[in-house]
Order: sequence, then structure tokens, then C-alpha cells
Amino acid sequence: MRLELVKRPQRSALFSALSPFIAFVLTMIAGGIMFALLGINPFTAFNTYFVSPISEVWQLHELTIKAAPLILIAVGLAVCYRANIWNIGAEGQFILGGIAGSIIPVMFPTFESPIVLPLCLLLGMVGGALYAAIPALLKTRFNTNEILTSLMLVYVAQLFLDWMVRGPWRDPQGHGFPQTVLFNNSATLPELFPDSGRANWGFVFALVAAVAVWLLMSKMLKGFEVRVLGSSPRAGRFAGFSFNRMVFFAFMLSGALAGLAGISEVTGAINQLQPTISPGYGFTAIIVAFLGRLNPLGIVAAGLVLALTYLGGEAAQTALGISDKVARVFQGMLLFFVLGCDTLIHYRIRLVGLGAPKPDAVPAPKLEEAH
Amino acid sequence: MDIAVNILLTIATAATPLLVAAIGELVVERSGVLNLGVEGMMIMGAVAGFGASYLTGSPWAGLLAAMVVGALFSLLFAVMTLSLATNQVATGLSLTLLGLGLSGMMGTGFVGLPGERLPYLYIPFLSDLPVVGKLLFGQDPVFYISIALTAAVAWFLFRTRAGLTLRSIGDSHTSAHALGIKVIRYRYLAVLFGGACAGLAGGQLSLVYTPQWVENMSAGRGWIALALVVFASWRPWRVFAGAYIFGMIWIGQLHVQAIDLQQFAGAPWLLYKVMELLKSLPSQYLAMLPYLATIVVLVLISRNKRLTMMNTPASLGQPFVPDR
Amino acid sequence: MKKLLIALMTTAAGVSLAANAEAADKLKACWVYVGPIGDFGYSYQHDQGRLEAQKELGDKIETAYLENVAEGPDADRAFERLARENCKMIFGTSFGFMDSMVKVAKKFPKVMFEHATGYKTADNLGVYNARFYEGRYVMGQIAAKVSKKGVAGYIVSFPIPEVVMGIDAFMLGAQSVNPNFKLKIVWVNSWFDPGKEADAAKALFDQGADIITQHTDSTAALQVAEERGLHGFGQSSDMIKFAPKAQLTANTDNWGPYYVKRIKEALDGTWKPDNVWLGIKDGAVELSPFTNMPDDVKAMAEATKKKIADGWNPFTGPVAKQDGSAWLKDGEVADDATLLGLNFYVKGIDDKLPQ
Repeated sequence: MRLELVKRPQRSALFSALSPFIAFVLTMIAGGIMFALLGINPFTAFNTYFVSPISEVWQLHELTIKAAPLILIAVGLAVCYRANIWNIGAEGQFILGGIAGSIIPVMFPTFESPIVLPLCLLLGMVGGALYAAIPALLKTRFNTNEILTSLMLVYVAQLFLDWMVRGPWRDPQGHGFPQTVLFNNSATLPELFPDSGRANWGFVFALVAAVAVWLLMSKMLKGFEVRVLGSSPRAGRFAGFSFNRMVFFAFMLSGALAGLAGISEVTGAINQLQPTISPGYGFTAIIVAFLGRLNPLGIVAAGLVLALTYLGGEAAQTALGISDKVARVFQGMLLFFVLGCDTLIHYRIRLVGLGAPKPDAVPAPKLEEAH
Repeated sequence: MDIAVNILLTIATAATPLLVAAIGELVVERSGVLNLGVEGMMIMGAVAGFGASYLTGSPWAGLLAAMVVGALFSLLFAVMTLSLATNQVATGLSLTLLGLGLSGMMGTGFVGLPGERLPYLYIPFLSDLPVVGKLLFGQDPVFYISIALTAAVAWFLFRTRAGLTLRSIGDSHTSAHALGIKVIRYRYLAVLFGGACAGLAGGQLSLVYTPQWVENMSAGRGWIALALVVFASWRPWRVFAGAYIFGMIWIGQLHVQAIDLQQFAGAPWLLYKVMELLKSLPSQYLAMLPYLATIVVLVLISRNKRLTMMNTPASLGQPFVPDR
Repeated sequence: MKKLLIALMTTAAGVSLAANAEAADKLKACWVYVGPIGDFGYSYQHDQGRLEAQKELGDKIETAYLENVAEGPDADRAFERLARENCKMIFGTSFGFMDSMVKVAKKFPKVMFEHATGYKTADNLGVYNARFYEGRYVMGQIAAKVSKKGVAGYIVSFPIPEVVMGIDAFMLGAQSVNPNFKLKIVWVNSWFDPGKEADAAKALFDQGADIITQHTDSTAALQVAEERGLHGFGQSSDMIKFAPKAQLTANTDNWGPYYVKRIKEALDGTWKPDNVWLGIKDGAVELSPFTNMPDDVKAMAEATKKKIADGWNPFTGPVAKQDGSAWLKDGEVADDATLLGLNFYVKGIDDKLPQ
């Protein structure tokens, strides 16, 4: 038996809505088998994974903290990817945003004023945008591949942050440990509902950014320009759009959002700079962008789901005693099923018996029957 | 002279996994597929290589297992992106996530066990020659495989019909398809080859470089391999050069730290000043060098638009579904 | 998928089941690790301590852990989760968890918190640390005796006080045997990258060192020493299996006794937050058997170890700073606060401390 894809005339609204659920069911089946093999009741496992993290108020707060940077970054990346521009260095832009935004609270730790926080956030966005402008400049001036330059700049940013917090910006009262001073209250991103949990304004920024980019992409000329240049640069040029300007626009927009995510994380959740301020948000956000089908509103949902699997994974570690690796494998499974099922939106899948290939059929590869 | 030989040997060991993984990825990308899961396939190869070597007692079996597991793991990517036409960037990143988790799970029982190193080649007389003896005739098997792979891939891509076909698929899958070429079949084979190479690179880590298994031991080398492919503008011998330049900078910055400045007291003024500058730089800046160097080289080689275009697989990363 | 499942099946047995069935009167002790327990280094040793406590105290306690927890908001959540899941005692094993632990400890006054390598305490938050420098002093002495060239290589991760302390102690130990001893230092900017550590070891050997020591986690450097027929020291765990001919001794972290003691106190209701800095005499720093060295060196090492266990501090004057200015007067002992914030080299080290 083998499998063939047949392109649908237009995207299927039915499967657009249905595919996440199919993916979920498939994950349940495959995950259930895995958990059963590990000697864990699959139903307990699913309960721990997907229900327990959203059944308590404090965990809902944590969910927004984890999801906010993913959504903020992914929304910006979606614009890039729609324009067929490949920024995979959001991790570096996130870090530079964190550094640039920390200039005031670190250099003037006693300066307290209501304008400090807005300035921090603004500087964070500027930092991220300028750092993202480097690959854009290199691409437009020297035709370098932006996937590579933006990725390389991630490592440079990580090392730069490392040097800053161990060297020039180290807290003089910090016993020599690699961290800056703790930020004062006016440089701290306030919590939304301090009585019930830690969620902060970062999540609000994420939602606002998602809606704004959604409006930009679907209702404004700029969004049309992004899509045209993304699908056909040639057609875009005929329409009078400049590809080079688009490169800068997409990079700097996504850089600014990644920078905002960085400084929100620093002023909101960490409150100082450390050698590492991101557990890989910039890379995970790439997956989030695609899980959300490059649609800002889809990205909000995807960011929340991915954050849920992180929380669920931790809950499973403590409640079921499975290791961190099992949690990650389960997360990987979910990602694969979701990506795979989205195929149904654009294609019909046809199973063809080996015995009777259609004469005009282009042979498609065989699939593992177990898949 | 001994020290120079030793440094070269160190560089070769550091460069080999990058070279092997990058050569595999080069073939994948030449076929028009971008697999960002190199790190994941590499770490799977590392755990499989160590595990098989430990269980069978033969590091050769380990090497084989590393390749097989790398290829099998890449099959997952192939099914997703080629048969189901999923986005290659997202699928590749997910593959890395899955590989890091799965390898940790499989390797739970192997932590803290000393591994057996793949034997070094030894040819009586030849290996004993001064200088060239150890460099050319006394290294580990993966080193020789890496050179052979580079040569074989260069020959295959530019001297054989199948290689030409593969490149034409990478340049335009639609026209290749129109000519009756089995695009998907070629791509499957390319991805599997890339997986086997990444697995082999991982096997080198756990069987030659540092014979042991520890979680996350690939430590980002898969990403560097990806960088190398583009750095080399998709040319096998440039990948070779790139891997060794990377290795050189990498090892060089360690040596700069360890070196005694007084040794250069009699050296030319400029050399002394350069060494002094390098030594006074914070180590973070030295560690940045390979990445900055990549960007600089990239700028230099990309300036000639026409030349770059000629080598870049035009349909890289785009899904292809045969149309009827 | 099938392949994956087979792989999963074969490894199912290897997955540790930390949590047992809930029992009301059991004390639940929990750990948060910064790295994977499979690193065979820092986090691994803490987990060995957890397993020892579990074994020692049997069904009186149950344990759970979270591994690979990033510092920052993830750590906040990890501690909060454990506190909410009825952990009565929570150990956090990374310096970077400090502020998370302070925050969460304030919120859960009934939970006992223990933070390794930090300095902030509270009514329900104690700190503990180990004087690894004690072992390093002994290692320095051994190095100076065993080295033929009088040059050792030192692979280091990051310039934090803990690491600087180790370098200084090692050098003081070596100088006590050979005043002209030389130390070559290479920063690899990573706690854990076996390949890079192996490369650094090779570079140091090529630059004239014939003994290697490292403040990074993997066994790679020792394996290089073994291959070259030279010597080195293990770090965190006893690595003799990896280098039977090369390892002189290993400076191992042994957290088990401390964990057992503290959990017992919690069971008895006598636990109080404390600020302890454990050393050789408490068994928290253990030097694995002295091997691959002549008997007289072994005897010297044993004697120094005993001297330290009896209360002598390797940081006893006269000690000069790197620039030659005086630090400790004759007989003066460095106080703990200075050591915990140590950010300068002692005289004789030819390297610039990264600032």
C-alpha cells in the first residue's frame, strides 16, 4: 500500500478546523502506547499533562508567562516567513533586547521614575530591531544568506551577554557572581493580578502584538505587500514594491518584537540580567509560528498549547516520576502529529493499492505501514 | 615540529564530525530539502553508536549502528516533509527537539560507563614516518571516511548523471518532475544519506572524540554543520576547507589562552603584538571568533551574486507535491 | 513510529521512577537540578545524593525531582510546583536559583528550603555549600610532585568565585611543594561540552603541561591524559573507570550524608535553616583513592588531607595577591565571606582573570 497527496483546489475549511483535533487524538494514541509501555496509566498521564496545568489558577498564570515570549516572537517571525525571509536568529534579538532594555536599571540603579519602564521597553525593542537589522543589511548589501547570519549572531549575542554580566555589568555587591543588580520597582514589569499569581503584562503585549500584526497582515496594504513579495518577488517588483525595503521591514519588526519579549522577560520575570535569560524561546517560537500556520491568531493558540506541554511535562515529572526526556519525546510527538495533520488542509490523502497503480500516477514513495 | 603535528591532529578530530555531518546535509540541500534536524540526528547517532558498541563490545558495530539509527531517524523527517509536505524548517526543528529527548531516554543506562575508542589506523613503517606518518597514516577510521565521503560526494554531484539529476531537482523540482524525474524518490534517498552522515558524525563523538555517552554531548555541533554548508556555498571541498578553518579557529583560541607570551619575546614585533592582543581579549570574544568569521567569509563569497546563484539550490526548503 | 516504539520499549526499564504511591505520613523531599541527571557531573552527583537519602531513609520519605530547569521564570515555577505538590523539603542545587527560592520560600513558610552555593537565607531557607577548594589544594600538591615539567593545565568554565577559589587553592598547594610551579589556564565558557574540554586538554598538553585538572563536568580531559600517558584529576565524580592509568585522584561531591542528615532533622522536627559550608571533614568533599603515584606522594597527600580534615585552612597566610600586594599575613586565615566572593588570583599565576 502507498500513499499519495492530491492537492485540493482550495484549502479545506473543514480540515482547517478539524486537523488539530485529529492530531490530538493521534498523539493520545501514540502517547498512550508509550506511557503504557513505561508502566504508567495513559489516562492518568493525559490528565497530568493536559488537565492538571489548567485546573489551578496559579498554573494558568504560569501558562501565560511561558506563552508570552513564544507568542511575541512567533508573531514577528510569521511576518518574516510570509515574506519568504528567513530570520531564525530571534534568540539573539531576544537577548540583545534584554541587554539594551537593561541599560537604565543597570547603569542608574537608583533612578526611579514612571518613565523608566516605558524607556526600558522602548530600548529593548530598539536593541532587538537594530540587531535584526544586521542580517538584513548583510542580505541587501552583500546578498548573504540570512538564515546563516541570523543564526551566527545568536551565538555572538549569547557570548556578549555572558561577558556583560561577568564583566562590566556585574553587580558590585553580588559576591562576584555573574549577575547584574536587581532592578528597582520602577523598572519592574507589573503583575496583572498579584493576588492570584505571577502573570505579568508581557502576556498583554503578546496579545496586542498578535492582534496588531493580524490587522496589518489582513487589512492593510503593507500586509498585501508582504504576501505578494513572499509568494513572488518578481510580481512584487512589478507592483512597485521594494524587496530590499521589505527585508529591513520584516527583520526589524520581528527583531523589535523579539527584543520586546526579551526585555519583558528580564523586567517581568527575572528582574536582573543573568548569563542566560532564555531557555531557547527564539528557536521554540519558530515551531510556534508554523504550528499557528503563520497566522497571528493561530500563533496565540499554538503558543498556549506549547506552553501547556512544558507545564504538563513538569507536572508529569513530579507526579508520575517520568523523566524530563519522556516529557520532551511526548512534546516532539505532538509537534509531528500537528504538523502532519495540517497537510490535510491543503491535500487529500489517497491510499493506493499496490496491485493497481493508475497508469498516469507519479510514483510516490512507500510509507512505513506503522506510520 | 611535534607540537604542530599534535595541533593538526587535534584540529582534524574537531573538524571531522562537522565535516561528515555537513557533507550529508550538503547532499540533502542540493536536492532542495532543508533539514534543520542535524543536531537531533547527530545526538541519536551518538547514543546509538555508544550503545551498540557497549552492548556488542565492538566499536565498529557502534559506528554502523550510528549510521543506521541516524538514517532511520531522518526517515521520520522524510515521511513528514516529502510524503506529507509539511514545512521543512518547523519539521527539522521538531526533529532536533525529539532527538535530544529520545537520545537522553535511550542513553539513561549508559551514563558513567567508559567507552571503547575506535582503534587508530596503524600501518607499520608508514605510520612511523616523521610528521606525515601520524597525520596521514595514523588517524581514526572516521577521519578517512570523512575524506572519502567528501571526494565521493564531489564526484557524485559533479561527475555522474545521478548527481546532475539530484542538482537539477534542487534547482527546480517542477521542471525536473516535468522531465519525468522521480523527485520524491531522489529526495528520500538524499535525506536518508544526510541522516546516515549525521549519525556517523554523532558516532564519531561518542566513539572517537570523547568515547563516552553523556546527554546533549553534541553541544551544538549540528548547528555548526548547518552553517558550514552555506558557508561553503554547497560545494563539497569548500565544506572540507570550512570544517578545518572552523576547527583551526576553535583550537587556535584554546592555544592562544594557554600560550606563554614570553615564548614570543624574540618574535617579530607584529606577531608579538597580535599575540598580546589575542591574549588580552576576554575569552568570550575569542569564542565568538568562529561565528564572526563565518559571517565575514559569507559576506566575501556572497558578494558575487551570479556565482552564488549558480551554486544555491533554488528550490531549497520548498515543499513539492507531484501534480497531475 | 514503530522504530521509535521499539526504542522506547527497550529503554522503558531504564527510566527511573522517583515518585511512589502517595502515603500520608511520608515526608516528601524534592530536588531541582539545573542540568540533566545524565551529565555524570554536577547534577548527577546531587541525584546520587537523593538516591542515597531515599535508600537510607527508605519508606519514611518519598522523593521527586525536576531536572534541566533553566534559571529564571522556569525555576520560579519549578519551586512553586514542588511546594504546591506537598514537598515538605526542597533542595535547589544551582546558584542561579537563589532569587526564585527566596521568592517561593516567602510564599510557603511551612516548606523547608535548602539552597546549594547561594548566600541568601530566610526563616525557612538555608544554604549549603562544599569547600571544594580543600580538595584542590591537595591536588595542587600532588600535581607539583608528579609533574616532571612543573607545569599543569587547568580547564575552567566561568570566572565565578567558586572557580577562582579552586584555581588559587590548587596553585597554593602546588607552590607549597614547588615555588616555581606554573599553571596554564584555558577558559572554555561552558560547564559541559566534552569535545571542547578534550580539545582544551590537548592544547594544554601541547603547550607544555603534563598534568591536567578541570573545573568542568565531563571526563573528556582525563581521557585525553590517559591516551597521552600523562596524568590528571577527576572532577565531581570518581572517574577512575575512564582513566585507570591517568587519574591521580578525583575531587568528588558527596552530598548524600548531608541530605540524609537534613531530612532526618526534618522528620524529627528539629530542622532549622542554616548556612553551612562543608568540607573534607564532613565527608561532603571526598578525594577518591590516590592512585598512579609514588608512595611518598601518596603519604604526603594523605597527610595534607588529614591536616585539612583537622581544621587547617589552605588559605592561611602568608599569601600574596597576583600583583604581589599582601593579602593574608603570616598565620592569617581568609574569612569565608572573602572566599565566597573571591575575584583575584594569588601570586604566581600567569593569566589575566577575565573581568
